[in-house]
Amino acid sequence: MADNADITFSKPLTGLIREDRSPLTLKEYRAGGGYRGLEKAAKKMSPDEVLEEVKASNLRGRGGAGFPAGLKWSFMPRDDKAPRPRYLVCNSDEMEPGTFKDRLLMEGNPHQLIEGMACTAYALGAEIAFIFLRAEYSVAAANISAALKEAYDAGYLGSNILGSDFSLELHLHTSAGRYICGEETALINSLEGKRANPRAKPPFPQVSGLFGQPTVVNNCETLCNVGHIIDKGADWFKSLGLGSDSGTKIMGVTGNVKRTGLWELPMGTPIRELFEGCAGGMADGYSLRGFLPGGASTDFLLPEHLDLAFEYDVIGKAGSRMGTASLILLDDKTCPVAMVRNLTHFFAQESCGWCTPCRDGLPWSEQILDRIERGQGSMEDLDTLAWHTQFMAPGNTFCALAPGAAEPIQSALKYFREDFERHIKEGTCPWH
Amino acid sequence: MAKITIDGQTYEVEDGQNLLQACLSLGLDLPYFCWHPALGSVGACRQCALIQYQDENDQRGRLIMGCMTPVGDGQILSIDAENAVNFRAGIIEALMTNHPHDCPVCEEGGECHLQDMTVMSGHHSRRYQGLKRTFSNQDLGPFIGHEMNRCITCYRCVRYYRDYAGGTDLHAMASRNRTYFGRFEEGPLESEFSGNLVEVCPTGVFTDKTLSQDYSRKWDLQCAPSVCVHCSLGCNTSPGERYGRLKRIQNRFNSDVNGYFLCDRGRFGYDFVNHPQRPRTPLQQQDGEQSSLTSEQAINQLKQKLKDPEICWIGIGSPRATLESNLALQRLVGSDHFFSGLSHQQEQVHQALLKLQRSGHGQLLSMQEAEEADAIVILGEDISQTAPRLALSVRQAVRSIGRSKAQAIGVPPWQDQAVQIANQEAGHPLYTLGTQPCRLQPICKQHFPATTSEQARLAFAIAHQIDNKAPAVSGLTKAQQQLAEEIAADLTNASRPLLITGAGHGSTDLVQATEQILAALSRRSKGEQPGLVVSFDECNSLGLTLLNHRGQENCLDDAFDIVHQSHDQGGKQIGVIIVENDLYQRASKATVDQFFNDLSDSVVIDYLPSDTLAKANLILPAASFAETQGVLINNEARGQMLFPVYAAGDNIQMSWQWLHASAADINDAMADFSNQAQALRACLETEPLLGALEPLLEVSQLQHQGLKLARMLPRASGRTAMRAHISVHEPKQPVDEQSGLAYTMEGVPYTAMAAEHSGGGMMPASWYPGWNSNQSIHKFQQEIGDNIEGPVTGIKLSLHSLPDPSIEWSEPTKKARAKADHLLLISHPQIFGSDELSALSTAIAERTPVATASLHPDDAKAMQISDNDLVQIHLQDQHIQLPVTINPQQAKRVVLVPDYLDEIRGLENIWVTVRSLGPNPVITSDRRAGHV
Repeated sequence: MADNADITFSKPLTGLIREDRSPLTLKEYRAGGGYRGLEKAAKKMSPDEVLEEVKASNLRGRGGAGFPAGLKWSFMPRDDKAPRPRYLVCNSDEMEPGTFKDRLLMEGNPHQLIEGMACTAYALGAEIAFIFLRAEYSVAAANISAALKEAYDAGYLGSNILGSDFSLELHLHTSAGRYICGEETALINSLEGKRANPRAKPPFPQVSGLFGQPTVVNNCETLCNVGHIIDKGADWFKSLGLGSDSGTKIMGVTGNVKRTGLWELPMGTPIRELFEGCAGGMADGYSLRGFLPGGASTDFLLPEHLDLAFEYDVIGKAGSRMGTASLILLDDKTCPVAMVRNLTHFFAQESCGWCTPCRDGLPWSEQILDRIERGQGSMEDLDTLAWHTQFMAPGNTFCALAPGAAEPIQSALKYFREDFERHIKEGTCPWH
Repeated sequence: MAKITIDGQTYEVEDGQNLLQACLSLGLDLPYFCWHPALGSVGACRQCALIQYQDENDQRGRLIMGCMTPVGDGQILSIDAENAVNFRAGIIEALMTNHPHDCPVCEEGGECHLQDMTVMSGHHSRRYQGLKRTFSNQDLGPFIGHEMNRCITCYRCVRYYRDYAGGTDLHAMASRNRTYFGRFEEGPLESEFSGNLVEVCPTGVFTDKTLSQDYSRKWDLQCAPSVCVHCSLGCNTSPGERYGRLKRIQNRFNSDVNGYFLCDRGRFGYDFVNHPQRPRTPLQQQDGEQSSLTSEQAINQLKQKLKDPEICWIGIGSPRATLESNLALQRLVGSDHFFSGLSHQQEQVHQALLKLQRSGHGQLLSMQEAEEADAIVILGEDISQTAPRLALSVRQAVRSIGRSKAQAIGVPPWQDQAVQIANQEAGHPLYTLGTQPCRLQPICKQHFPATTSEQARLAFAIAHQIDNKAPAVSGLTKAQQQLAEEIAADLTNASRPLLITGAGHGSTDLVQATEQILAALSRRSKGEQPGLVVSFDECNSLGLTLLNHRGQENCLDDAFDIVHQSHDQGGKQIGVIIVENDLYQRASKATVDQFFNDLSDSVVIDYLPSDTLAKANLILPAASFAETQGVLINNEARGQMLFPVYAAGDNIQMSWQWLHASAADINDAMADFSNQAQALRACLETEPLLGALEPLLEVSQLQHQGLKLARMLPRASGRTAMRAHISVHEPKQPVDEQSGLAYTMEGVPYTAMAAEHSGGGMMPASWYPGWNSNQSIHKFQQEIGDNIEGPVTGIKLSLHSLPDPSIEWSEPTKKARAKADHLLLISHPQIFGSDELSALSTAIAERTPVATASLHPDDAKAMQISDNDLVQIHLQDQHIQLPVTINPQQAKRVVLVPDYLDEIRGLENIWVTVRSLGPNPVITSDRRAGHV
């Protein structure tokens, strides 16, 4: 048992990351307790024990949906008759507007991700793994490549890892750059060299994923936690959370605050602590009107929600989603219509073009928002816009892109309807 | 069976299907775009949404996609629920944001699935105020028009073209609402199945260019159930005509034969019917003088000729003429004087193939059945060129090999994308043996390029591997031995092995070796027999072979010999009646010229302008397939009746009609040919194997309460309006005296007929109220993809009845000895160019490749020939010059040339010398222009 002064006990993910984000070498990572989790897993634990430990830790997916990681893994056939090869894919295609948490993890401490993936692959019996990296993250790509070489040389990757029967080939794949590649099945198609359209589920990737083989796709931050959970135990991980969720979470704030940035905080930390304590509250002269709690594809919340605990179920009950826990703030000097129009423009651009509500509904929504913003909208436009948010509801579309894109629109219509109506009545944007 | 409730009504439906299929099978209207019965479900368009309720108390329900949801017992569903109706209208409204309002000038208008679904979904006024997206279009060649602005992004085109048909040059490009379906650069679509895009596309993005050039709406086209005449597979078609001009071919669904798809030769090859030089009035020719006759004069002239006691008349039949016409000629001249119209070599192969089909060693499979095969060996025949639709079925066999794997993880076969994903690593044991590389090669486990005798030796070795009672083959290379073992193992391990061969390779040895493999396999297998598909060259090759019992001694070459001998020895004067055959296509020019020289008189009944026609003393214009009622026997021995699309007029008659009219009162044997039913009956009585076709006699006369079935749709412009812009005086409507079909729209609409008799094969064109496109076919199917119920116009003959066929093992082919410094000249077939009918169609001619001589690199090197050289091939007493291509995938010691070269007719399989004339001075881009 390492001593409790070890920074990785309270801030497992970022504790070792340097202020300037220059990457930890293997030696430095090991000095901070790195690869203890993998050693423990490969030498002392069976794959099932690793899986059970992660299940017990209640680690929930950090990509936004919050699906329990251990449960996801358990859907993968892992017995002797299970198909081979099996794959593990790290989703590092971080492209949600306002979200840049994985970048920090990969640039600052790539070995942490490698260790997490190796532990996960061990639990899954996956012999091949990929890091699917956003194309623009060139620094992360360089740092991961260097770390991969070190890890292979040190025997943490490759054949017979740490003298065990377990072997893992880990590849870095830099994507061609589409938001939809963050959707796990579109990611798999892209990795296969196909168009990045999502696939129908079922079958889920755990059963028929990459090249038709069993595949688990986890978010980068999720995987970074795994080595620590194995090393320090599920109980420790659970104890980190302040509420019902376990562990810590990298939380971010963007907008007109005193300090934008990322902070690793316990799950369940009140949002106000992040907003005021970490980000220092609004910049002088600005006041807060609302915020998107978990990236661009989540519903707006209001200042009255600042005292909520930042965890999946609490935010869900408040009518939004924790998502990536990356706050995007709306202040009083910014037009909410323009903000939503800008977000919708992004989502319309990034629609893969597969299903109708998303492909044709989003550009149409953008046009309506644009018209309202220019002061040329009508009250009927508001109805059409509201209709669109229903049209693109979950289940109506092929994947979660359009429903996510509809969330800021529908909540803006709910909370800022007066502002929309002022645009129409005044025939111009009041913020101009 | 599962019980499901839809809008309060309970139904029993088949398990294993999806809800969209189930709803359509029940006759309920649920709109859809991306789903296609042959392509399965992908859930892209979201059009087929309906509501599923958890239980009786659930008032809200949940929106689900019909195409992606399996049928489940106890499901409570609603199509009519308000939220489902609104959502579906919303989908159309969203699709329409970018769809142009160009229906009046769009070729798809009137048979547009998008129009139908828009009306069905109830979207009528739009809220969208933005501009419409625009694309630039591409020239995709002579077959397909391209208008991308109309695209609703359902992805059917790429799913059909790439996933189903194996094409590689059509892509979904870019993304979001700018997804573009086209080629990387302009140019003809390369797949030989591109024409199906016209029917697969739910709107007017991909349209039939040959129709566009002289356009008519679907409702103004007169149609009839017909059969494709461009190869032996007998795909069912629905040709459309207006103003006496054949305007297009559409697929006519038949699940046993072509299913939902045709090949491009079949779809775009029809234009020969409209050929400007086609004989349209009887002509007499003497000393280069031509004069036209009335049909009465022509009949009288032929009558006089037949009465001439000085002349002995022989007849030459045709593999592209109906049973009726061939038999009428046989009856007229007597079977001793009837010659098959096939060269000696072709006749031999046909007889061998018929013997193979009758041997009972293999089960003759339809194309649909071939799609189930789990190991396939194609021997000698390049089916992608000679029987293309069969190659599409082979592709489906390869595609579906992993279905069991998908099923094991709970993926139903209709969930197409998931099946293909689960299936990626599975390989299909498909082998091809051929002299030339084949289009199926990219999906083959192995291609064996060799001469036919080497192929036969490999095939004998496979038989020996399967059953060592079959004689062994000596002198195989190690690689050949290994391949034989591998193929034998794959065939033996398969539960539905299939062998495919055909007449195109011209080798009886290869046919024999095929039989040997089948015999070996059926002795091994306990249950089902191995499958066999044989392709012939022409649409009624098998029918002709069945009728002509004396084929071995009465083929075309025998006719040449007899006439020549008689002439030389001053024997009896001989006159010939040639029915629907261009002899210059089948023998060398010198031989046929000599033949006509030796003849005393000649009568040609045909619809093609040809050199043979030019030689005839009397020309009688025959009805083409589009004006014919008669029966063709396809490659799997399916007798199928085709019906005239339009009345050809008095001057054009079916060949048997000319013969009957001229000879009925001078020859008792001709009395049976007074109408088509009698003529067909005569055929059934002549050849007992054809007896099973008896029901066709009744089907062809089928009427609805004493009324005939209309060839045109009930939506047709009024009868008087059809020609009003030409003349207000309406001519008398032609009367069809042969069948239960009526010309124009007068008569019972097919929908009414179908309601009573389930319609069957008599469908002139697929149409149903609210379903104007070919998608309407499901309205006539009991289950999606099933055959249309009711009387059929095609019946499969049973060629063999032996339960336990024995085999006399024959000795394998000996290793052929090559001639030093010589190459074997082999002609190879081309989908565009080989078939003499379609070759006369403009669009097909445009796609006919430039003729080249193809060599193996080893031979080219030995003869110091480089790629793109011009070479001279020395034939018997002439030489031809061709640009050369070098291809490592072809047989060695062989020079391959396309079979449509006039210079090589009757000269196949001879040893020739080839020498280079240096680099080809004509640049490639100029060659095409020169050729066409």
